[in-house]
Amino acid sequence: MNNTLLDIRDLYVNAEGQEILKGLNLKINKGEVHIVMGPNGAGKSTLAHSILNNPTYEKENGEIIFEEEDITDSKTDEIARKGIFMSFQLPEEIPGVSVTNFLKYARNKMTGKPVRLMPFKEEIRGYMEQLDINPSNMERNLNVGFSGGEKKKNEILQMLVLNPKLAILDETDSGLDVDAIRTVSKGIQMYKNDENAVLIITHNAKILENLKVDYVHILVDGKIVKTGTEELAGQIEKEGYGKYKLE
Amino acid sequence: MKKTNVEEINRNIYDIKNEDKYEFKIRKGLTPDIIAEISNQKQEAEWMREFRLKALEVYNSLELPTWGPDLSELNMDEIATYVKPKSKLNSSWDDVPDDIKNTFESLGIPEAERKSLAGVGAQYDSEVVYHSIKEELVKQGVIYTDMETAVRDYPELVKPYFMKCVSVRDHKFVALHGAVWSGGSFVYVPKGVKVDIPLQSYFRLNSPEAGQFEHTLIIVDEGASLQFVEGCSAPKYNKVNLHAGCVELYVKDNAYLRYSTIENWSKNMLNLNTKRAIVGKNAQVDWVSGSFGSKISMLYPMSILNGEGAKTEFTGISFAGKGQNLDNGFKVVHNAPNTSSVIDGKSISKNGGTCTYRSLVRISENAKNSKCSVSCESLMLDSLSKSDTIPVNDIRTDDVEFSHEAKIGKISDKTIFYLMSRGLSEEDAKAMIVRGFAYPISKELPIEYAVEMNNLINLELEGAIG
Repeated sequence: MNNTLLDIRDLYVNAEGQEILKGLNLKINKGEVHIVMGPNGAGKSTLAHSILNNPTYEKENGEIIFEEEDITDSKTDEIARKGIFMSFQLPEEIPGVSVTNFLKYARNKMTGKPVRLMPFKEEIRGYMEQLDINPSNMERNLNVGFSGGEKKKNEILQMLVLNPKLAILDETDSGLDVDAIRTVSKGIQMYKNDENAVLIITHNAKILENLKVDYVHILVDGKIVKTGTEELAGQIEKEGYGKYKLE
Repeated sequence: MKKTNVEEINRNIYDIKNEDKYEFKIRKGLTPDIIAEISNQKQEAEWMREFRLKALEVYNSLELPTWGPDLSELNMDEIATYVKPKSKLNSSWDDVPDDIKNTFESLGIPEAERKSLAGVGAQYDSEVVYHSIKEELVKQGVIYTDMETAVRDYPELVKPYFMKCVSVRDHKFVALHGAVWSGGSFVYVPKGVKVDIPLQSYFRLNSPEAGQFEHTLIIVDEGASLQFVEGCSAPKYNKVNLHAGCVELYVKDNAYLRYSTIENWSKNMLNLNTKRAIVGKNAQVDWVSGSFGSKISMLYPMSILNGEGAKTEFTGISFAGKGQNLDNGFKVVHNAPNTSSVIDGKSISKNGGTCTYRSLVRISENAKNSKCSVSCESLMLDSLSKSDTIPVNDIRTDDVEFSHEAKIGKISDKTIFYLMSRGLSEEDAKAMIVRGFAYPISKELPIEYAVEMNNLINLELEGAIG
């Protein structure tokens, strides 16, 4: 049995006419937690958006394989329905659509099955409690008037509800206080099992403290320049990216 | 009609076209002879006949508006202003001829009547073919009937109010209405009577090259309350149809009226409608309005806050698609101290449609300590479509709280990407954003109509994307 979930091969991506990713390779197996770290502008978010084929980013070369299927040019919603989720750095606000209705609708689209409201609400309420989210948020408009922390927690809530095979967390920890980071880590632990995988994109190592991480990748100037284990993150924490930039 | 499942929408229901059968169809055009003949057909009182002929004179003396959408394609010589359906006024659906009954059934009217209404009026072309009201309301003295019956049976209630709130001199099309009006509903709610379940009138124009000119007159007496819903639709024809109805609402001291409209005229319709409310002391009128159909619409409901402490809220949405020019809005006059108004106008345009929000706020000198807040928001679904906002604010006292907010926007690619990353197709994502945008209006509607409005949004969006 092939254990590989995601396989990115020699990926080149442009954004607004600029080359951002320059031959990126990354392989993620079931059951693994990967961290991609890198300085600002290295292409971290571009990587996340490219996996979900955000049309703003142009793929020049390379391919993205998910469960042995080429998804390089698939539509974003198809990729999502195959089981890839992305937690956004800046989640969008959707006025007039409550968190519950949105989640119910998305769950229905993901599974193709009708969602029964009452048990579904119970399920959401359970997750909210674990993630320390005020239950009244269920009826609030999605992300409208949410604080930065509430938005990020809501992304984790969505991850739990939609239960993807691969969760990509784009800077989910940035701008959060220590408690909120801990809650996010808890959410990841709740989600994680041997059959799925997590790709965490971050510029600091705080989130690692509460998580068991398999691989740490250093992304500089559009390429993974080094892959290691947790110690590598600690090293970056102390020394910064300077020496990789020079290479 | 499926009203519970938003996914399953039958777009044909509004387009059911019956054979143009009629008892009597007046020849096209507009002359004193034609007006007299309509009056004869109706066997109405002399005062009404004279009223019509005077209104025609006013019509002939007035010019077309010099602002707003171009109305030059309207040729009154090509419009039949009176089409009497092959049906008398019935109080049982069983007595309504099959083709007409089936039309209303597919529009869901009898079903809604059984489930959630206290009374129904159904007009087909120029006459009301069905009217009903719950017995317990009749016992409380509530009158709900077609307008012709009201003119005949309750002249003492009709005469002091008929076209006194809206004068025939107001503009050309209300003068036209005065000359050729036919059908519509009359409601009287006596002092202190609360009608908690809505009454609904539905207006259906089936006949081609014809006009519908129904007159709705509602009097909510002191301390009484009423919810009234009107719906309208027509099948599409190649030539222009005209709707120039008139709605007059009298909301007496301490009374409450909520007036909701879901308008889905066909896209060959010129909708030149006039609606106005006079609001007494500590009384309130709320307007909820969804405007989806029509080729051209010029519709600006108006509240005149004459009594101290009078209130009004307007919540409206227009949705213009290809070939549609919807020039809608709201007018409010604050004529007394401590009055307040909240205006929330929204519009959506797509596929080259044009939406204009046009409003007037007038706060007179004596309207001390009054409040008015206006918010208008437009959403354009593509770069072909147009949206404009033309507010006029005439405030004659300093002692007011007034706020005005306008936003014009497009659906952002970022938002669509966000929703698609949750498994929604591009169409689903846009529909969700639009439904969310419209939600502040749909939540004000009775549930079946909110569902119908979402259906209309989905229906409108189907052709728009891809």
